[in-house]
Amino acid sequence: MRELFHRKLERSALGFVFAIIAAASVGGIVEIAPLFTIDETVEEAPDMRLYTPLELAGRNIYIREGCYACHSQMIRTLRDDVERYGPYSLAVESKYDRPMLWGSKRTGPDLARVGGKYSDFWHVAHLTNPRDVVPQSNMPGYPWLARNALDVDDLGLHLQAQQTLGVPYSDEMVANAARDAMGQASPDSAFADGVSERYGDATQISSFDGVTTQVTEMDALVSYLQILGRLTDAAYRGTVAEEQVPNPNN
Amino acid sequence: MAAAGRADPLGVHGLLVLLYSGVLLAVVLSSLFEREPHPERLSRYYDDPIKVGVALTMIWAVFGMFIGVWAAAQLAWPSLNFDTAWASFGRIRPAHTTGVIFGFGGNALIATSFHVVQRTSRARLADQFSPWFVIFGYNLFCLLAVTGYFMGLTQSKEYAEPEWYADLWLVVVWVTYFVLYIRTLARRKEPHIYVANWYYMAFILVVAILHIVNNIALPISLAHAKSYTVWPGVQDAMVQWWYGHNAVAFFLTAGFLAMLYYYLPKRAERPIFSYRLSILSFWGITFFYMWAGSHHLHYTALPHWVQNLGMTFSVMLLVPSWASAGNALLTLNGAWHKVRDDATLRFMFVAAIFYGISTFEGSFLAIRPVNSLSHYTDWTVGHVHAGALGWVAMITFGALYTLVPTLWRRERMYSNVLVEVHFWLALAGTLIYIFAMWNSGVIQGLMWRTYTAQDTLAYSFVDSLVAMYPYYIARTLGGLLFLIGAIVGSYNIWMTARALPLSRSEQDLPVVDDPATAPAE
Repeated sequence: MRELFHRKLERSALGFVFAIIAAASVGGIVEIAPLFTIDETVEEAPDMRLYTPLELAGRNIYIREGCYACHSQMIRTLRDDVERYGPYSLAVESKYDRPMLWGSKRTGPDLARVGGKYSDFWHVAHLTNPRDVVPQSNMPGYPWLARNALDVDDLGLHLQAQQTLGVPYSDEMVANAARDAMGQASPDSAFADGVSERYGDATQISSFDGVTTQVTEMDALVSYLQILGRLTDAAYRGTVAEEQVPNPNN
Repeated sequence: MAAAGRADPLGVHGLLVLLYSGVLLAVVLSSLFEREPHPERLSRYYDDPIKVGVALTMIWAVFGMFIGVWAAAQLAWPSLNFDTAWASFGRIRPAHTTGVIFGFGGNALIATSFHVVQRTSRARLADQFSPWFVIFGYNLFCLLAVTGYFMGLTQSKEYAEPEWYADLWLVVVWVTYFVLYIRTLARRKEPHIYVANWYYMAFILVVAILHIVNNIALPISLAHAKSYTVWPGVQDAMVQWWYGHNAVAFFLTAGFLAMLYYYLPKRAERPIFSYRLSILSFWGITFFYMWAGSHHLHYTALPHWVQNLGMTFSVMLLVPSWASAGNALLTLNGAWHKVRDDATLRFMFVAAIFYGISTFEGSFLAIRPVNSLSHYTDWTVGHVHAGALGWVAMITFGALYTLVPTLWRRERMYSNVLVEVHFWLALAGTLIYIFAMWNSGVIQGLMWRTYTAQDTLAYSFVDSLVAMYPYYIARTLGGLLFLIGAIVGSYNIWMTARALPLSRSEQDLPVVDDPATAPAE
């Protein structure tokens, strides 16, 4: 009898439209809606800090240059992934990530925990011409990042949009976004203190690209790469073997 | 837009939109003084927008594939971006995917859907203006997308990279497309809606749902191109791959199955093998595919139950997928001599084979332990291209070679030899490409997980990269062959439209006014 019904359905364009919408909606609703209601989906990490304005700007450069096309930021629950890159990624670690940058391809290595593994200087040299430090690399160079001054004026708008979406930036952080971005890349300047005050003493304040006279896109990108995997140490707690968080000063 | 975004890349896009609409307006105005068209035209099919659509399809094909070859070459020879920002891999890679998926695939879908819906309904398109709006509006979206990537404007969501204003514009275009399609169907003189139209409807509807949900974002201000998505972290990952996988399902599968269901039986002059199988595969695909997206997130921080659902439904998907492929191949029974002699039909035959292969591969790769090896490697890239080159592009070329002579009312294509040349270039290119990527993907996956006798990882990451270089060169060659094929095809289509005399015999079915005389399906 099903046949007969389908012959009938074929005679009604609108009926067909509703049937398609109904059939196609179920999967998405069942898989997506519970992710917002089941508490275990995202772990608790009360110590997790926010991206500073400079790191957020760096993240946007990472997006702009399409780094996600070749680098994942998701360590899977597989032995070789964990031994190569560090403890497997937790959902909480990307809870402030809009959008997430888990990636889908590793033409280059995973970057989820690259923060602190290399020096700032190494990153600058590598981004300027990767083959200077890794001769076999096929990564493009990004020499223009060190030449482009970072646009800090709009950072307040960026933080504000994030705040509207529910990222817990305070009004003070929004108001000081441009200052803090300058400060994080200019140690010893008057702006630098505000950064540690608002984002915590552990925040790395450094003249990332080695030039203190101006804040460049290179500063922003390196500051972002150095925070990857270090917003919280939740992934290092409660694992079978307690692991050490990488320490850049070591 | 141009005024508001003065200090932002948004301003450049504003100017681009102004220019684009200016040129179109000039074309419309210049036709104002032409003679009133003959009222008799309303009793004919409306094919002019389809002709433009076919031309745009081939322009995007050559552009998108060229960028693809270039991107592939950069992976083997990284200095090929000449240290310029706009040409670096991360920016041209989305230009390639958008160029081929949305530029080439999307235009092909819109053009053929206008053709198929008129022929199978025996009715003229429901409106004079909106087909043009859909075609040019859609291409404006593609243009904004691709030029945006070169300037660094991207949401970074794969296959949904364009920023908020381009996304909003696409919604407007898409609603117009849907309304036009439904109104044309409502005019049909056939009692039943033909199976090709089911797929086109599923394509239009579900792509709208996916596009809207995945692209909900908050711009930082109306004068800035940058926006932040409302979906955070793990939920964003699920929404993104629910979108990403179903963009494959409803953009790259449903719409192209619609082509298959119309142009293959038409060319083979055989009826579809089984009506029941086509019902089974249609509803199977529409229902199952939407569950499968989470197989892109195996072993990640996405909850385990969602990963398992994704895997289960991906495996079940094999049934409707092979039902479609089998239905297409069995339709060719009794026409195998034509498959041998006619490269156009052979395009569609090979497309159905590749559809079967890549859907099998897809279900296979979605199984968790298999995925642990293949994920993040070139195997995925190879799988995508088995589908994209072998299935999507081949069925499109087959459909276009069937459509073009009818559309321009020619006896045949300008050169059948060139169709033959195109076929072998495309097949050779596809095979080289996917064999290179299978090899590199499996090698890469194995190297990452190889342990020494001392229980340490045997290879550093860079060791696995060095092993990839020969395959990256091979894949560039495969892509290049495929690109040359597309150029040959474009030339052939151009010459068919330009150089051949009008055909004297009327091959097309006429529009029927009286339902009583309409033959049953």
